[in-house]
Amino acid sequence: MAHAEKQVATAHVGQQHPIGLYLKIWALLFILSALSYSVDFFQFEGVLRWGLILIFMVLKAGLIISVFMHMMWERAALIYIIIIPPFAILVLVAFMALEANYVYLLRTIFLGGAD
Amino acid sequence: MGQKSVESASGNPDNAGAVDQLVADWSSDREAFKGVSWGKSMMWIFLLSDTFVFGTFLTGYMTVRMSTTVAWPNPSEVFALTIGGTELPLILIAIMTFVLISSSGTMAMAVNMGYQRKPKQAAYLMLATAVLGAMFVSMQVFEWTKLIHEGVRPWANPFGAPQFGSTFFMITGFHGLHVTAGVIYLTVVATKVLKGHYEKSGDYQVVEITGLYWHFVDLVWVFIFAFFYLW
Repeated sequence: MAHAEKQVATAHVGQQHPIGLYLKIWALLFILSALSYSVDFFQFEGVLRWGLILIFMVLKAGLIISVFMHMMWERAALIYIIIIPPFAILVLVAFMALEANYVYLLRTIFLGGAD
Repeated sequence: MGQKSVESASGNPDNAGAVDQLVADWSSDREAFKGVSWGKSMMWIFLLSDTFVFGTFLTGYMTVRMSTTVAWPNPSEVFALTIGGTELPLILIAIMTFVLISSSGTMAMAVNMGYQRKPKQAAYLMLATAVLGAMFVSMQVFEWTKLIHEGVRPWANPFGAPQFGSTFFMITGFHGLHVTAGVIYLTVVATKVLKGHYEKSGDYQVVEITGLYWHFVDLVWVFIFAFFYLW
């Protein structure tokens, strides 16, 4: 009951959350950015580098969307309509990666090869 | 009563034309996103479309980078700056990242102040956000100037694959344009808040909607930073 009342109250005044939470997320984003910068600073290479870049990127994006943009407190209907469609870009990425490899191959065969 | 009114309520009366029917359907006051104002849902849908713009830009960048047989310039060296005699890799981009994240922090607090009905604090925090955004754009101008002086062009550059220049100018340029638009947007809304435009209704959701756009600009930078500068 109290929970339901609280929900009605939040819906009435809009997205209101403690300032402390924002400050914590802010600090966390700073740490994650420093970590992703250190990936370049310490010159990590190969799978380690790409993996770390992607992990820090996804964590930062997730924090911004869910807390700063209040997505974690929105209704499921809105969350799904916004979050799911961008994954279609991954299909384009897969197609274009295949295409790019093919073009690269053609160029190495017919245009004198890679340097 | 009865038969006839039920029929017209089902939205398919015989005497209504297609246009009347269309108007009746679209104005029938249904909500897909309950409790979410139209302003907020429209901003989210705009941001979704913008996601595809940047998503396809980054995919295009991936395609030209993977398919070129010429070595890709090392962004770590291209964007290095010498500060106090030591060369720091990518330092300007790192500072730009921290500035943009800080602007997201002040924006989140502005939204909070708006909902607490403290318009002054909300407006000043929004203006602080705009100042940080302007700082970001200025640093980007500095970066562009430096690279143009070094001979980077959309069709060629002295460091390697010519596609580096075209994708760099296109992606960071489009993002910088978004930041610039955001600075103007923030300034306009902050001025309206300061003038007491929203005092009568007491509804400060406009701050949150402006914030959504601003956080999105920061979000796009997270992806550009990872894929263009770090990869």
